[in-house]
Amino acid sequence: MSGHFLHIDKLVMRFGGLTAVDNLSFVVEQGAIHGLIGPNGAGKTTTFNMISGFYRPTSGTVRLRDGVISGLPMHEVARRGVVRTFQHSTLFAELSVLDNVLVGTHMNFRPGIAAAIFGLDAEDRRGARARAEEALEFFGLLDFTGELAGELSHGHQRALGMAVAMAAQPDVILLDEPFTGMNPEETKRMMELMFKLRDSGITILLVEHDMHAIMGLCDRITVMSFGKLLAEGGPQEIRTHPDVIEAYLGGGRHVA
Amino acid sequence: MPRAVSHIAGWLGLAVLLIALPHALSFSQQEVLVFLTINVLLVASYRLLTLTGEWSLGHVVIMGVGAYASALYSKQLGIYVPVSIILGALTAVLVAMVLSYPLFRMKGFYFLIGSFAAGEIIRLLWKRFRDPFGGPKGIKKINPMPDLDIGVYSFDFFEPVSYYYFALAVVTLSLWVMWRIERSPVGLTFHAVHWQDKLAQSAGVDVRAYRTRAFMIASGFAGLSGALLAHYIGTINPNSFDVELMVFVLTWAIVGGTATFYGPILGCVVLSILNEVVLRELGFEQMRPFIYGLLLICSVLFLPNGLESVVQHIMRRRTNVQAAKASRAGDSARYNVEERTEP
Repeated sequence: MSGHFLHIDKLVMRFGGLTAVDNLSFVVEQGAIHGLIGPNGAGKTTTFNMISGFYRPTSGTVRLRDGVISGLPMHEVARRGVVRTFQHSTLFAELSVLDNVLVGTHMNFRPGIAAAIFGLDAEDRRGARARAEEALEFFGLLDFTGELAGELSHGHQRALGMAVAMAAQPDVILLDEPFTGMNPEETKRMMELMFKLRDSGITILLVEHDMHAIMGLCDRITVMSFGKLLAEGGPQEIRTHPDVIEAYLGGGRHVA
Repeated sequence: MPRAVSHIAGWLGLAVLLIALPHALSFSQQEVLVFLTINVLLVASYRLLTLTGEWSLGHVVIMGVGAYASALYSKQLGIYVPVSIILGALTAVLVAMVLSYPLFRMKGFYFLIGSFAAGEIIRLLWKRFRDPFGGPKGIKKINPMPDLDIGVYSFDFFEPVSYYYFALAVVTLSLWVMWRIERSPVGLTFHAVHWQDKLAQSAGVDVRAYRTRAFMIASGFAGLSGALLAHYIGTINPNSFDVELMVFVLTWAIVGGTATFYGPILGCVVLSILNEVVLRELGFEQMRPFIYGLLLICSVLFLPNGLESVVQHIMRRRTNVQAAKASRAGDSARYNVEERTEP
């Protein structure tokens, strides 16, 4: 129909009387790093949650290659190729690094109980392990395989969160504020990882409220303010866009 | 290689011990041993349920479902007892599946209370309906296991020793199956659902389906333990599966610890031995709930990770000694890892 890769179409989300996201539409092209930014309370995270299946939108649709994914539960969205990460370092802290990534391989190597009891899943287990190690190597975590995820450094935990998502072999990875609490050095390394991830063929949509981190990273940027689309374009356009500057510096025009 | 040998030797030693054990005991102790074997299966199945993070208060009633079902199948329908035991376990699986629809709309504390309510409803149904459940008096004269001659040993199932061997075989096989499940990718998914259900979901795990699966498997083995019990004691009633036994199961699990496979089993064995050997000898057995309560409080205060943490501590000290030897040889893997952590 629309022919777009990931198409967010007239999304609306109301919480009681509050309209958190109001008629939002934008398109994410395949192979892009797409940023969704805006001041606090702009509705970025709500949008993000609707795309990932965490919320069911009040109206509107999200389509991936013309298949509707909005309104599906999160695991169904994941199975259709859109996998999210979480804010902060949401990991299986009590499990080893390898086990964390092995959970990520769940979709490609669907475990079976009977096969597990009779030992018929040796091939799947080997495949899952190879896939997991591949993802760990990609993010430079192969040396920490046996460590508990909770004991990794902050930067490594973030990378592990992305490794878990990558192990699922998604078409799109949704990153929720990946730079929060990172020092400049860690931010730089994280950006390199994202470029690498994009070059491996995965489309990235990230939510971030830090303008600076996103400028050097994104191919395309969507700016939201008060639940609405404010501007869209490349980093240069956005940087000089008068509405964006005003929204971030706090002009009076967009209030209410 | 020597490690594998010592492993096999350890298991063989345990097997010999378990086979020889009843012959060193008095008749009443042999009976207790049968109950203990059945309870090991019950508490191990309970741990399988807790893997997904949900604690149920209806587990003992599910055990009762297996007991009632197997008793009725053999008594009313004349089904051969070993078959009825398996059917009893399957009935428990089925009941668990039906219960999972309302119960897994809830999590945590709400699930706990919901499971208690569901269990009480089932128990009240047994009490209310004299036909076929026998009302408050329950079912009596349940068909025993038929005698069996397998050449090397002829089973007379009125003898506790015979029934113990039978139960031991069933329980061992069940534990092996549960161990295989826990050690498989399915078991990993159970853990994942427990620790971060949202993250598991984002990796495509159908969290509710996995909770249901764990609940059904655990209920199947609980039902199996119930069926084993029913055909041994020959009479069951709704109060055989009341909340008091459930509290014992919880106590075994908490005192033993639930982080490892063997924790709850350890708790069950240690507390049962304590109960039967010490309290019964001293004539204190009526005080079992009191003693159990005291033990529970003490273990929460002084041994929060359960008896298993004591075992782990000993094991770790042993491996640390080995690791120290290895690191002196200069090939400690851990060292290499830490070196590369530096930015």
